[in-house]
Amino acid sequence: MPRNEKPTANGPAADYARDRMVSRRRFLAGTVSLAGLAATTMMIPRLHAQEVKPPEDPMRVPGALPRPYGDRSPFVKSARVGGAGPGAPHGWGENAPNNFNSWTPLQDLHGIVTPSSLHFERHHNGVPLIDPARHRLLIHGLVNRPMIFSLDELERLPAVSRIAFLECSGNSHDLWLPNAPDFTVQDTHGLTSTSEWTGVKLSTLLEAVGVQRGASWMLAEGSDAAGMDRSVPLTDEVLQEAMICYGQNGEALRPEQGYPLRLFLPGYEGNINVKWLRRLKLGTAPFMTREETSKYTDLMPDGKAYQFSLVMEAKSVITSPSGRQQIHPGFHEIRGLAWSGRGRVTKAEVSVDGGRTWQPARLQEPILPKCHTRFLLPWRWNGQEAVLQSRCTDETGYVQPTRQELVKVRGTKSVFHYNAIQSWGVERDGRVRHIYA
Amino acid sequence: MDGYGTSMRKSLLIGIGTLAIGLAWCVWTAGSAEEGGGYGLGRTATDEEIRAWNIDVSPTGEGLPSGQGTVKQGAQVFAAKCAMCHGPTGTEGPKDRLVGGQGTLTTAKPVKTIGSYWPYATTLWDYIRRAMPFDHPGTLTSDEIYGVTAYVLFLNLIDRSDVASRSGGSRSGPRRKSVFGTGDAGEA
Repeated sequence: MPRNEKPTANGPAADYARDRMVSRRRFLAGTVSLAGLAATTMMIPRLHAQEVKPPEDPMRVPGALPRPYGDRSPFVKSARVGGAGPGAPHGWGENAPNNFNSWTPLQDLHGIVTPSSLHFERHHNGVPLIDPARHRLLIHGLVNRPMIFSLDELERLPAVSRIAFLECSGNSHDLWLPNAPDFTVQDTHGLTSTSEWTGVKLSTLLEAVGVQRGASWMLAEGSDAAGMDRSVPLTDEVLQEAMICYGQNGEALRPEQGYPLRLFLPGYEGNINVKWLRRLKLGTAPFMTREETSKYTDLMPDGKAYQFSLVMEAKSVITSPSGRQQIHPGFHEIRGLAWSGRGRVTKAEVSVDGGRTWQPARLQEPILPKCHTRFLLPWRWNGQEAVLQSRCTDETGYVQPTRQELVKVRGTKSVFHYNAIQSWGVERDGRVRHIYA
Repeated sequence: MDGYGTSMRKSLLIGIGTLAIGLAWCVWTAGSAEEGGGYGLGRTATDEEIRAWNIDVSPTGEGLPSGQGTVKQGAQVFAAKCAMCHGPTGTEGPKDRLVGGQGTLTTAKPVKTIGSYWPYATTLWDYIRRAMPFDHPGTLTSDEIYGVTAYVLFLNLIDRSDVASRSGGSRSGPRRKSVFGTGDAGEA
């Protein structure tokens, strides 16, 4: 008798397990019968309605069977939060139709890798549905031999993998505002994520097409409904590090991250890492696309705009304790993330008194260039008001600035590239708030 | 009709797109001369395949197809296909404001529009072709795009006497001289 028909377990947990078994059996049998669909649709509301209750003793009830594609425990609720540009409300519900961002729940994450399902998103006209069998990459312009590659061909070329962060240059854009809303760290810093990226080196492809003399910029274009495109300077750094990626955290890219193909430029602002990549065109000058002229440019106090500010400078933030959390007196491990688009993080320091004194935090291995680095510091909260801050230093010697220092140079209208020290105020009742200090 | 014309043509946009900014860039010469990298993967793209995808328009005007459109024609296209998002005069929203904002970039509330912030008219043409209308991208004809481009520039520039007095070949986007392209790309 198949296990899923064994009348041994009762109650909601058993129902949950049984539904999953039914679903699995249908899947394995390859049947698309009405009964199979019914079982699947019955299962989904059960999971989403949060009716799952664990058995009194999990050692007394047979557990669930293996399944084709894993999901997290139904008790884990961590999720991205949606939103639009500066000043727009964060959330789903009524906001959803206008959302073009989603923020990573940094407060819930462990270590340095962001689960692919929680990687932040930014789309310019939705996530396209792309048939990998029909997808092509065209490389042309100032090349000896314009070429077209299929996904299969790209996957056959020598592969490289690298763990690195990807941060939207608009991350923390609301922190340019003069007032400090009651934000979580997800709201303030959730447009950064780290993945293991796998693909072929750009240089491998450029060797194949043969770059002509004078080619110094490259247009990268996506096959989404925005035809999103950016100009990439062919610097030594780009030529050494740029990747055309098809893999993320061990599997194919997620659609939201560019399936089946994206450009990845470690350390550079998110927008230039063009998703759903279909075309690379080499030229002698930047192509001056809409995104690099009217959007991803930094307006300075004198009315000029800083263009091609591509590197994400060193930045850190305490993820726990952080905004809108509630803490209690006693032991806490202060935890956070630090990263730099210029290389490795060499130091992370923590202050619990608003920046008057600093203590070095422990950097958790691995400490990789252009990658989230986890820092940790034990702390005993005595119930008094405190202001928690972190600041990092990267291998170039650059030290993350205070908000005051940043605003002095950049004003408050840049929108992009905010990397100042973040302050979390701990109130006497243990409530943690986003503040400017 | 006036100094900068009611008709938008390829030659005019090329003039508008003339670059006035100095951008430094590194020059990279080809590495391995071994064609194909020795892997035997990928194939040569045909001219026809390249033409089908080669849609970008550079500030020099390279990439602009033949065609033309007048401000009047553009106004009709705008009313039918753009105004529901950008407002009847390009200022009302709910989506991006396209018109006005000149003189606000140093104020507490900068208004970044095509008139106040975009440095190149060619970018406007390119972006409309690739991404607009938002719910039906890629559906406008070249003539319609020339018309809408002319109309949006008209809305932004009609009250600028200095623009009206310039000769056709030297027109730029209104902000071209205040965008400077240095940054990391230029330093490398």
